[in-house]
Amino acid sequence: MSLPISHSDSFSLVEQLPILQILVPFVSAPLIVFIGNRTIAWWITFLASLISLLISINLLLLVNDGSIISYHIGGWAPPIGIEYRVDALNAFVLVLIALISTIVAPYAYKSVGNEIPKEHHTLFYAAYLLCVTGLMGVVITGDVFNVFVFLEISSLASYVLISLGSHRDKRALTSAFNYLIIGTIGATFFVIGIGLLYMVTGTLNMIDMAGLLEGKSSSSTVRSAFAFIIVGVGLKLAIYPLHIWLPKAYTFAPSFITAFLAATATKVAIYILLRFMFTIFRPSFLEELNVLNFVILPLSIAAMIIASLIAIFQKDFKGLLAYSSIAQVGYILLGISIMSESGLTAAIIHLFNHGITKVALFMVAGAYVIKRGGSLLTNLQGAGFTMPWTSAAAVVGCLSLIGVPGTAGFISKWILVEAAIENGKWPLAIVIIFSSLLAVVYCGRVIETLYFKNGNDETIVNESPLTMLISIWIASLACIYFGLSTDITISVSDLAAKMLYLK
Amino acid sequence: MLFAFYVQFHGDYSPGGGFQAGVIMAVGIIIYGIVFDMEHAKKVLPPWFVHKMLAFGVLLYTFTGVISFFRGQNFLDYSALSRHSPTHGQHYGILIIELGVGITVSGVMIAIFYAFASRTSEINDAEW
Repeated sequence: MSLPISHSDSFSLVEQLPILQILVPFVSAPLIVFIGNRTIAWWITFLASLISLLISINLLLLVNDGSIISYHIGGWAPPIGIEYRVDALNAFVLVLIALISTIVAPYAYKSVGNEIPKEHHTLFYAAYLLCVTGLMGVVITGDVFNVFVFLEISSLASYVLISLGSHRDKRALTSAFNYLIIGTIGATFFVIGIGLLYMVTGTLNMIDMAGLLEGKSSSSTVRSAFAFIIVGVGLKLAIYPLHIWLPKAYTFAPSFITAFLAATATKVAIYILLRFMFTIFRPSFLEELNVLNFVILPLSIAAMIIASLIAIFQKDFKGLLAYSSIAQVGYILLGISIMSESGLTAAIIHLFNHGITKVALFMVAGAYVIKRGGSLLTNLQGAGFTMPWTSAAAVVGCLSLIGVPGTAGFISKWILVEAAIENGKWPLAIVIIFSSLLAVVYCGRVIETLYFKNGNDETIVNESPLTMLISIWIASLACIYFGLSTDITISVSDLAAKMLYLK
Repeated sequence: MLFAFYVQFHGDYSPGGGFQAGVIMAVGIIIYGIVFDMEHAKKVLPPWFVHKMLAFGVLLYTFTGVISFFRGQNFLDYSALSRHSPTHGQHYGILIIELGVGITVSGVMIAIFYAFASRTSEINDAEW
């Protein structure tokens, strides 16, 4: 889908990058339906992801010096027209989404072929690309209502995608329905909040709105808008007590979708939270309400401890990973609620590192589904010997989840602990370490089943397909790479945090 | 159907537009399907054609937007569509875009109708 570059008219593709970021996956979706061929559908998905990745890396390079790209759709200037606004934070999250999408694409070929009936393939890929479009749109847009629209695009697509897991396990239908109801409630809360803000300011543009909200922090309309938005987004990102939809949806969705959504969907919701908290309602507003200390902080600690405890007692590998995701969201929220630049840096970097780690682990779980007939821990017994490469990747992922030095998880946890101590909140550091110990327990259970519980003494190697292994190992090596070389991730998240905190 | 086309192409300067026209268009097929038979309706507009329809509508919409790239303008800036005057360009732009919306909406409406009307029987207990 490369666009021919004509030199006759004065135009440069670089200026159009923000819209191309959305257009490439968006156009690919109907194209897939239009062509209607399974193999071509997969190729289009892969190429669209790859092009998106290139575009997002380009965008990140453009804004890496702290500049901001503003793109006006249809040539209408911002307060009236819709604006796409790219800064360091946006671009970083865009890179995460596109990277995950590109990594999981080769994996999809076999995984989808195995789990979804053939007649659904083209529509499945189309829905998947719409989901990618929605997530990217949420991140790139500078218009609050547009955030809602794109959020709904991605959510509707993900309800469909999750329900398609029903060919493996009928429970996917109920969990998709569950997610549909809860997700819709969340979206409703979110749009009510936006409506209230629109009532106060009369604008939908984020920057404009932020300017107009200044000095109105005592207005009860603004405060209730804030509350509605936090709860609405909280449902989407599975803040601890609002997480019930997540474990089931992740357990029963097709493996490929679980891997993608676990690494991106909640992260995008966290991005929305950051954007609303820090760009639209300034940090001063947060301090005035003290909402971080009294709401987000206790909930994030609860998530880190309770969700990790539940994860220990899970029977299903995917369920275990899902609960661990809730716990990890707790870490990110903890970083936010430290309410300092270093805390934000930790949150943003953990957002990226956890995405990479989880995608690797969920892909491993999907490989077990294909080769061992399920992802229950009993299915995994002795898999360390029959599927050596896949299981080795599982170990790398688990280590990164625990935060062992040399892996991506270590970096973000280290920065988080550092941020906590720096701000004199050393009890938080103890909580983080305690929660990591719980992670050791649940990851230990997985590794124990893989290598030390050989139920039926199988020794014949029955490895997962090569395309899947490639994806799994790219993700695992990324875990190690970002654990050893931290220049890119730290400098970008540092810049993003600075820009969020100053504004 | 005629009315649908009227609403479609007069949408830019009188009430109406692609969405309404698409629904009216779909209603034609849906009523035909209800009055006669689903099988007859499916002969007129086979389900695979409906799928292509809704994909085509979206493609039409986006490619209209993309054209303005090559004229050096931003996405969906219709002023770039005509070489003579921006107003003409805007006129063409909204016409084509509304056509895209119309095709997609009628496609989706008919697809939803087909999906509900030709629903398979309830899930057996044994399948759970």
